[in-house]
Amino acid sequence: MSNVIDRGVTRRTASRWIAGASLAVALGAAAPATAQDTIKVGILHSLSGTMAISETTLKDVMLMLIDEQNKKGGLLGKKLEPVVVDPASNWPLFAEKARELIAKDKVAVVFGCWTSVSRKSVLPVFKELNSILFYPVQYEGEESERNVFYTGAAPNQQAIPAVDYLMKEEKVQRWVLAGTDYVYPRTTNKILEAYLKSKGVKDEDIMINYTPFGHSDWQTIVADIKKFGSAGKKTAVVSTINGDANVPFYKELGNQGVKATEIPVVAFSVGEEELAGIDTKPLVGHLAAWNYFQSVDTPENAAFIKKWRAFIGNDKRVTNDPMEAHYIGFTMWVKAVEKAGTTDPDKVIDALPGIEAPNLTGGIAKMLPNHHITKPVLIGEVREDGQFDVVWKTEGLVPGDAWSDYLEGSKELEADWVTLKCGNYNTRLKKCGGPSTQ
Amino acid sequence: MPRLARLIALAFAVGLSLAPRPADARPLEAALAKFAADSFGETEAAIAATAASGDARAATIIAALQEGRLLFDPESRKVFIKEGARLVDAATGAAIGAPPAPLKPVRLNNRLRRAAEAALGGLTLLARDPGKRLEAAQAVFRSRDAGALDALDAAIARETEPRVKRALEEARAAVRLYTRGASAQEKLAAVAVIRGRGDQDALALLAGLPPDTPDVVKAAAADAIASIKGTLALWAALQNAWYGLSLGSVLLLAAIGLAITFGVMGVINMAHGEMVMLGAYTTFVVQEAIRTHNPALFDYALMIAVPLAFLVAGLVGVLIERGIIRFLYGRPLETLLATWGLSLILQQAVRTAFGPTNREVGAPSWMSGAFELGQLTITYNRLWIVCFGLSVFAALLAMLRFTRLGLEMRAVTQNRAMAASMGIRTGRIDALTFGLGSGIAGIAGVALSQIDNVSPNLGQGYIIDSFMVVVFGGVGNLWGTLVGALTLGVANKFLEPFAGAVLGKIAILVLIILFIQKRPRGLFALKGRAVEA
Repeated sequence: MSNVIDRGVTRRTASRWIAGASLAVALGAAAPATAQDTIKVGILHSLSGTMAISETTLKDVMLMLIDEQNKKGGLLGKKLEPVVVDPASNWPLFAEKARELIAKDKVAVVFGCWTSVSRKSVLPVFKELNSILFYPVQYEGEESERNVFYTGAAPNQQAIPAVDYLMKEEKVQRWVLAGTDYVYPRTTNKILEAYLKSKGVKDEDIMINYTPFGHSDWQTIVADIKKFGSAGKKTAVVSTINGDANVPFYKELGNQGVKATEIPVVAFSVGEEELAGIDTKPLVGHLAAWNYFQSVDTPENAAFIKKWRAFIGNDKRVTNDPMEAHYIGFTMWVKAVEKAGTTDPDKVIDALPGIEAPNLTGGIAKMLPNHHITKPVLIGEVREDGQFDVVWKTEGLVPGDAWSDYLEGSKELEADWVTLKCGNYNTRLKKCGGPSTQ
Repeated sequence: MPRLARLIALAFAVGLSLAPRPADARPLEAALAKFAADSFGETEAAIAATAASGDARAATIIAALQEGRLLFDPESRKVFIKEGARLVDAATGAAIGAPPAPLKPVRLNNRLRRAAEAALGGLTLLARDPGKRLEAAQAVFRSRDAGALDALDAAIARETEPRVKRALEEARAAVRLYTRGASAQEKLAAVAVIRGRGDQDALALLAGLPPDTPDVVKAAAADAIASIKGTLALWAALQNAWYGLSLGSVLLLAAIGLAITFGVMGVINMAHGEMVMLGAYTTFVVQEAIRTHNPALFDYALMIAVPLAFLVAGLVGVLIERGIIRFLYGRPLETLLATWGLSLILQQAVRTAFGPTNREVGAPSWMSGAFELGQLTITYNRLWIVCFGLSVFAALLAMLRFTRLGLEMRAVTQNRAMAASMGIRTGRIDALTFGLGSGIAGIAGVALSQIDNVSPNLGQGYIIDSFMVVVFGGVGNLWGTLVGALTLGVANKFLEPFAGAVLGKIAILVLIILFIQKRPRGLFALKGRAVEA
């Protein structure tokens, strides 16, 4: 279903885009005349439907951050006012609700979306109405838009380091790439396949498997994985399985006795929140790659967890990676608005690259000209209590790369909104406009 | 056996007599200090050194490490073992009162887990408990640690239990195939032993032989691989049939309640999935209550949940029938829309009450893990669900056939006017029938909580499948539902390996659509006057 919707989102012609943008600028300049005493912040996360499990938490974390900023005296002398809408896990509704937030509620910025499908569905709205979206989830890359700031990981900040870890530390030679059937897993697996082949992994040592959203009968696939793993080479599973389907998948792994010491599973979409619904004892040792884990022991993180639990009124609630991404994104936006002295989207977009904000794992994240941020990459192993034990960490921070260096067509592209003013600059043809094949 | 007992006793005596003397405990203490370094590299060295120390406490220490019970004090670099509520000194086994400082567990990663498993395997080959010896043999089989060869020879010579002896011999064969020193003769014998094992692990072992293996051995291994693969292919077909059966029983459970409400009563109930979901949440609530009030009963939580789930979902069903559906009989389109709206309301109500995140429903010990039957892996939870699904089906059938309520239900659905004139209160029977169907959906929720997410969306995943089963099997016929569910389950599982999960599902849907064109009333069509009703 997701692919059908994606196809509808095509690049607009540059002229129309610029015309739209300048119109929006003109409107934006006129707006301050109707002076308001609050700055509105839009929150676009599903509060019902399949994605509610993940996105509701992000809505709550945004409310907490806004509340905290207001206690510090607001922003530019005004209070921040959250505007929450519910796009109900319905991808076209995301676009409608985004339009409502920007055009009707006149929000200064939107924090929202989880699935790539929903992000692709709101892109044209943000371009047309020239507003700002902070997107907090790890994603497949291959995108850089002027109006979007990507505070989650690009593939080079999650998938590639995880595979490197398995190759070096676990000496894995055979790979199962298992994912849910939509744009994020398919693109990530395409990048990983190209990367593995560039490292000399043969075709017969890679197995790719896709399952529908919410798949619940994993018997055959887990048995297939066991069979694939019995070829005398160390085997690992790289999982881009998303959402609810993970619970029955891990239950089946546990029941069929696939142990992490024999066939480790490294997941890119399973965090503390997802493990909360599973008995984790049989899963000890399986891996996840993220840029944040709740178990990271830093003063910033301890303070954040304490604030979060106090705000939500539940001392067992967990924190996860996309929450940290919103924390970083919100801090960056506040700093950019203070630097620009206005919430005018164009000025804030120009102010954002170069802004730095502390992350919760003890480093400083920096907004890059390609609208991605620098992040540490952490590999964690599942513990008995459903938390992760960090077993490996990159030295220093990894800058997010919008266009993968391992895909044909994508490797010659570069995103730079500061000097090149382009999200898909072709370094070979020396012009803006995407890969040369098109 | 007596000889073995004597040997173990001797080993213990030696260990005990050595332990108190500090001069002899030194290699172990040096090894233990490394555990306190909090680095994976040092811990790996510590495992090797502990195993090599020959100390009687080595196995206890490594077992504690595996289970996360090995703690260290970062200040004094001393290492302790947590035994229940007690804390003992790792080196001496003496109980410690209060910990001197906050203790940290020794951390593990997968490499260390493998190292610990291998080390423990080497140390417990002579353990008293045959289960432990078997585990140890399997650990050595996986680690193929050449250092364990002498211990294996000794263990095989002493072993009396045939099951354990075979595992030990397989372990020795595995080690020999991967050691340079072994002669071609020994390796050929080893290939024969592994061939006898004949499972996927054997296949993995033979397929990954080191490159310096003699050609004769390689040829024998290739031959063995071909033979094992042939047998495994047969087993794979059986395994697939089992998966199909188990998927079929899940479909049966989900659909059987609908077979009553839709099949017998003719109500298109889109909120059927939500009844399943309510059953699953009832299980969650029961389990939580037991966890906080009486943890000893945890293994029986599901049995307590079954009647409660039936009551909760059944009651909601009766309320829905009395409150909404009875006004809409004969208006299928409105029923469909009303119940669909109801399903959204129920979902959101549960989301508000329990939160949007998944709830954990634990598996009781008798439903965890798997057992091997030949080369079949059968997981206990699936086995129980198959049994449970069939018994629910049998109970429902018996109820409709042999009880007064069942008789009245059949009478009302077959000819309402006649039943009414015989003095049956049809309104009451309608409510009870709908309640029965909903209650059974609730029971299904108890079973599904074991294999799926307990989330507000649980029911949505099953509603389409349930309608598919009932329509395919034949509306109004419970046997049709049984045959339909099992057929769809098996067909799905045989398509999946070829077509993949996504295409497999599409193919099944297309096949059903074609089938319905040919037989609009499903597999077992009702005949006679009831059809016209």
